[in-house]
Amino acid sequence: MNSIRLRPLSHLFLALFLTFAAVGRSSAQTVGAAPAVSKEGVVPGATAAAAPAAAAGATTGDAAAIAAGDALFKGNCAQCHAINDVVVGPALAGIAKRRPISWLIPWIKNSSKVVASGDEYAVKLYNQYGKQQMPSFQLSDAEITSIISYVTAEEGKTAGPASTQGTGIKPADGAETPGVGAESTSSKYIDILLIVLVVVLIVMVVTLVIIANIMKDVLRGRKDLDGRDVEQLEQRFDFAKFYKSPVVRGLAVGIFALVVLYESVQGVMAIGLTQGYQPTQPIAFSHKLHAGEHQINCAYCHTSVYKSKSANIPSANICMNCHSQIKTESPEIKKIYRAIERKQPIQWVRIHNIPDLAYFNHSQHTQVGGIECQTCHGPIQNMEVVYQYSALTMGWCINCHRETPLNTKGNGYYNNLVKLHQTANGAAPFTVSSNGGTECSKCHY
Amino acid sequence: MQESPKYWKGIEELESSPEFVKTALSEFGEFLPMKEAYGTSDATVAPRRDFLKLMGFGIAAATLASCEAPVRKAIPYLNKPEEVDPGIANFYASTYFNGTDYNSVLVKTREGRPIKLEGNPESPITRGGLSARAQASVLNLYDGGRLQHFAIKGQKAATDKVDQEIRTKLAGVTGRIAIVSNTIISPTTKKVIAEFAARYPNTQHVQYDANSSSALLRANGGVLPSYDFSKANVIVSLDADFLGTWLSPVEFAKQYVTNRKVSSTKKTMSRHFQFETALTLTGSNADVRVAAKPSEMGTIALELYNEIAGTGSTQNAKLKKAAAELKAARAAGLVVSGSNNVAVQTLVAAINQALGSAAVDLASPSMLRQGDDARMVQLVNDMNSGAVGAVIFYNANPAYDHPLADKVKTGIAKVPLSISLNDRLDETGSLCYYACPDHNYLESWNDYEPKRGYLSLAQPVISPLFATRQAQDSLLTWAGNPQSYYNYLKASWRGVLTGDFQKAWDAAVHDGVAMGTLSAAAPAPSAPAMSVQQAVSALSAAPKGSGVELALYEKVGIGTGSCEANNPWLQELPDPVSKATWGNYLAVPREMAVTNKWEQGDVVKITANGKSIELPVLIQPGQAKGTVSIAIGYGRESAGKVGDKVGANVYPMAMITANGIQYANTVTLEKTGSQSPIAQTQTHHTIMDRMVQVVQESTLAQYVKNPKEVTEYEKIATPDGLEAPNKVSLWDDYEYKNHHWGMAIDLNSCIGCGSCVIGCQVENNIAVVGKQEVINRREMHWMRIDRYYSSDHHKDEFETKGKLDTYAAMEDPSDNPSVIFQPMMCQHCNHAPCETVCPVLATTHSSEGLNQMTYNRCVGTRYCANNCPYKVRRFNWFSYTSNEKFENVNGHMFTDLGRMVLNPDVTVRARGVMEKCSFCVQRIQLGKLEAKKQKRRPKDGEVVTACAQSCPTEAIVFGDMRDPETRISKLLRREDGERAFHVLDTINVQPNVTYLTKIRNTEKSAFSVEENA
Repeated sequence: MNSIRLRPLSHLFLALFLTFAAVGRSSAQTVGAAPAVSKEGVVPGATAAAAPAAAAGATTGDAAAIAAGDALFKGNCAQCHAINDVVVGPALAGIAKRRPISWLIPWIKNSSKVVASGDEYAVKLYNQYGKQQMPSFQLSDAEITSIISYVTAEEGKTAGPASTQGTGIKPADGAETPGVGAESTSSKYIDILLIVLVVVLIVMVVTLVIIANIMKDVLRGRKDLDGRDVEQLEQRFDFAKFYKSPVVRGLAVGIFALVVLYESVQGVMAIGLTQGYQPTQPIAFSHKLHAGEHQINCAYCHTSVYKSKSANIPSANICMNCHSQIKTESPEIKKIYRAIERKQPIQWVRIHNIPDLAYFNHSQHTQVGGIECQTCHGPIQNMEVVYQYSALTMGWCINCHRETPLNTKGNGYYNNLVKLHQTANGAAPFTVSSNGGTECSKCHY
Repeated sequence: MQESPKYWKGIEELESSPEFVKTALSEFGEFLPMKEAYGTSDATVAPRRDFLKLMGFGIAAATLASCEAPVRKAIPYLNKPEEVDPGIANFYASTYFNGTDYNSVLVKTREGRPIKLEGNPESPITRGGLSARAQASVLNLYDGGRLQHFAIKGQKAATDKVDQEIRTKLAGVTGRIAIVSNTIISPTTKKVIAEFAARYPNTQHVQYDANSSSALLRANGGVLPSYDFSKANVIVSLDADFLGTWLSPVEFAKQYVTNRKVSSTKKTMSRHFQFETALTLTGSNADVRVAAKPSEMGTIALELYNEIAGTGSTQNAKLKKAAAELKAARAAGLVVSGSNNVAVQTLVAAINQALGSAAVDLASPSMLRQGDDARMVQLVNDMNSGAVGAVIFYNANPAYDHPLADKVKTGIAKVPLSISLNDRLDETGSLCYYACPDHNYLESWNDYEPKRGYLSLAQPVISPLFATRQAQDSLLTWAGNPQSYYNYLKASWRGVLTGDFQKAWDAAVHDGVAMGTLSAAAPAPSAPAMSVQQAVSALSAAPKGSGVELALYEKVGIGTGSCEANNPWLQELPDPVSKATWGNYLAVPREMAVTNKWEQGDVVKITANGKSIELPVLIQPGQAKGTVSIAIGYGRESAGKVGDKVGANVYPMAMITANGIQYANTVTLEKTGSQSPIAQTQTHHTIMDRMVQVVQESTLAQYVKNPKEVTEYEKIATPDGLEAPNKVSLWDDYEYKNHHWGMAIDLNSCIGCGSCVIGCQVENNIAVVGKQEVINRREMHWMRIDRYYSSDHHKDEFETKGKLDTYAAMEDPSDNPSVIFQPMMCQHCNHAPCETVCPVLATTHSSEGLNQMTYNRCVGTRYCANNCPYKVRRFNWFSYTSNEKFENVNGHMFTDLGRMVLNPDVTVRARGVMEKCSFCVQRIQLGKLEAKKQKRRPKDGEVVTACAQSCPTEAIVFGDMRDPETRISKLLRREDGERAFHVLDTINVQPNVTYLTKIRNTEKSAFSVEENA
């Protein structure tokens, strides 16, 4: 009887375990997918890399031209222009219809010259946007054409979803929506499942109690029971005995000790860890607004992330590139003006602190390794206030070095090493650690 | 066959003194460092209650501290300079010149802070080399002893007020105005002084040198010849330490070593004779060295001259030989002399002229010494007689470094207006009424012309740290010229740069050097001060020396003791020969110590010129009999925390003669009975008497005969016969797929100058430990230069003398030993003994051949140091960055100012961990990263260690041994079986550092009786 009763229970536990495991994995997947979401947002040197495919002078729907234009747009224009919104300069949707390409090319190359020439439209535009000059860009005609192709292609794409959302803000990214959706549907499904299971459990318990009582009543009604049977039937659970039992007491003390030990070990291990650290910054700068909504390339502000050990905090003059014109009345922006006037640099609170004994180099990871910013910094494009996303422990570093395949593609440094690795290890992945990436003096010196 | 000399590191080892035997057997000086030899009370009494209280407090503090992480700030620029990126080093060309030593440098800056100096390969003079002093000079910038503001009588004063007062006083001055400086090689500075003199016409500019060469100037008609040692095949030096301190040591070392390097395709070497009193760096490198008294130098010069002229009849066999070889070499012969006796220098010039030496260049003379002893003495007298109305000291400290310092002091008091432009309130500056401190050279614009036709620029690499002002700007201000010195300098360069000025100027600033001259047209060579006949008769008539003769000499690190004195790196740089740090001493020959029953460390009172100083005795093999030597540059009174009261000032013992200042004197010596230990590093690292395998040398004759026989390779007996040690191994070999870093050190090129030691110290944030800790044998240098003396006797004499007698004879010190230098650092063994004994795996082997040391894993068992056969591991006995005992010597790690010099890429090690040479892994990692970013393999020469980078003679070659095309791979292939050997090869630890056997250019053996009798 006992065994029969236990079997459904064990099945229940198994089912519960599997569900939790599945939930865990699916959320892990969403985290893993996040970097890919904003991939374009961190492409280095978009200007140099993009090869315009379109012929000069004619906008095309050619995919290559649009892709090239995309990179160029994000590298050069996105700081001041959006497709559907006025940022610093006008929204660019419909630009190809408003002005001919023959006007746009000289304008982008040297707008002040066009204004000086007395072009009516140009002067009007200049006055309309607070007499602020658009900087000149050293782009080729073909490059400009591809940017306009991209803008034309984008305006068609964004018209639909923008209107359905009705907020006027361009959705963060097309790919992200299904990701979020998948997460929410899966969690809803789990909730329902859990509720159903709990209900089933309660029903089962109630049913069992009822059955037991009925059976007891039936037995009491019978007269042929001897004294021992009656005793057994009328037996009550003796809590005092249970409480005083050395086994129970021992177990309780043991479990308590284990819990305390576990908690203190966890506590000690967490000393110095600041995962989730989210200090208030002197200026309420929002990465969500800048990196997320406006899609400003990370390297636009963190200029040395691809070339230096440090991904420097931008200096105030970088803020001024845009904010000399945009939102000049905001109290937060005024703090920057004050800092500049008083010549007192802004004292940001440092979030990611690696101990002095460990050497970390951004360029090694971004430029050579090709790792996205989000891999370590998390969904920075969604953070209103930045927090420390990763644990930044040595175990976290080492784990990644063990699992991540080296980014050897097209890098002459690794050519021979890849060959050697393949002859020695066949198809086993050529990870960072198999190239010595977990040796002490790679990070400690 | 190679002869097997007995090497020994010091007198103690030779004598097997009880202390030596005791310490030689243990790796660490004392078992526990708790009880300090220099006494503190806290360690001796530690009551239990205090301990419990402290522990309780400690636990509480630790708990509290761990609750909340400290808030750290990240402060970006307000307006970021375009070329500065945090984390990326920028290099700027500049020039180091401290009054004696010229070096063209590249300044490495990080986030706007200069952190290291490297040689400028563009310079045609120093050609990428850098002296130890120049290496260390970056710390002078962050020296807390600098005066940080203008001052009146030592009290802080506003710049404007000082300017106003000085200008008023200068206008009303009666009597002469004197500007006193060391040698100035900056043409534009001279122009500024000339402008000042034009404004105040009674101005006189007096230059003097602390270690004067005015005789050399006078003997050559007012110009200093420039020398090219690469054109000399036979070099005879009369007391000129040209590799260590004389005129331009880096330039000379570079030139000298080109003719000293050998390979199987170039089996020729120059020959070098050295006649000297103290055993100097140059003498240590000579093929034939003769110890001579200072009073004999004149006779030697005279006899050499007579031999060359063909009228000689000298009894001195070695001198005869030197003369014969010079005569044979003709234009490829060169004689130099460090003497400040005009007669000697006249004869030396005459000899070079007779030889037609191609190595002497009078057409583009050197500017490095312009001091005139007679004028300075005259000025000191004038100051005392009241003829001087105002005196300005610029980078000159005669109250310390002039033999007439006492008269200088009284003189300054008599001058109505005294101004010091020195960077600190030093002995002279503190006596002056006004102090207008100069910028450090790393904060200044300036130009230099070390040699006529060779220009060099200095540019500021950091904003002035203090409220100081460049001396030239001060002079311009007082002269009423509102121009800044920078504009003045640029205007002055307009004449010399051709083409588009801005372009050419930018190029000159970028390169740091330019060709052209800004100096006044060379004066018609004036007649030498003395004719040859006069010199001959003067020297023949010179009285013979009597009594004990004292010779003054300059040390490689401390030099004349100006800005170097307060530099702890230089104070702790071991003297190349005596290996002594922190202070000077009385170097005596062994014979004199035995006669007078002096032991090393006995304090002796030295009296000369009516003045006495007390210094400990150091028994110095090679010191000329009947002489003693003391180094100048010590005994500062107001240099700063580091340099004050280290050693004794010996400048007052120099003799002032009509001939100029003579750095020799007759002294009386008297034992005081007290003791003062000398902090030497020399016997601290014994190699357990396994000498044969440690350092190898041979002669050129043998090398020419068969290069394959100059190096002895020990074999190990196995069942299959004798095998090379690396054929018999318990361990599996590593497979290096990516890189295999290695180093080769050519003992033939290494001159032992110590530049690498300082380079390593700067690069790797190595702590300075101070005199007492050096005595306790706890110095922290990752790299040391072992110096071995050798004696004449060797095992060949077993048959003739018997084993016992031969061994006894081996212990007899040689009066004039040969010296060999061997740079020693972690050998990065492939089968490293340290790795196998570490209980916590804090030292491991990398896939690139490095022996890695992980500080944060180390628990300080010191097993590794005990198991290291090379004794290259260093233990942090103290917290050198916070323990108050080290605040004076290692002060730069205590203050924010000093910490700016630290290399941000290298951890500052904490107390209780082991450290050692890392092969500059931070540079390796950087080089690899740069290559990866450019998607290619690293090029040879991109990755170099700090020591290899700073070596002026390119003795150290570093590179990837896995790439067959690198310099090191080619070198090792070429020298394999010839000169390449590993230290302690038989123990088969398979080091990644290879040494190349030293070759001496002696007919027979360096140690044979004929040569060194």
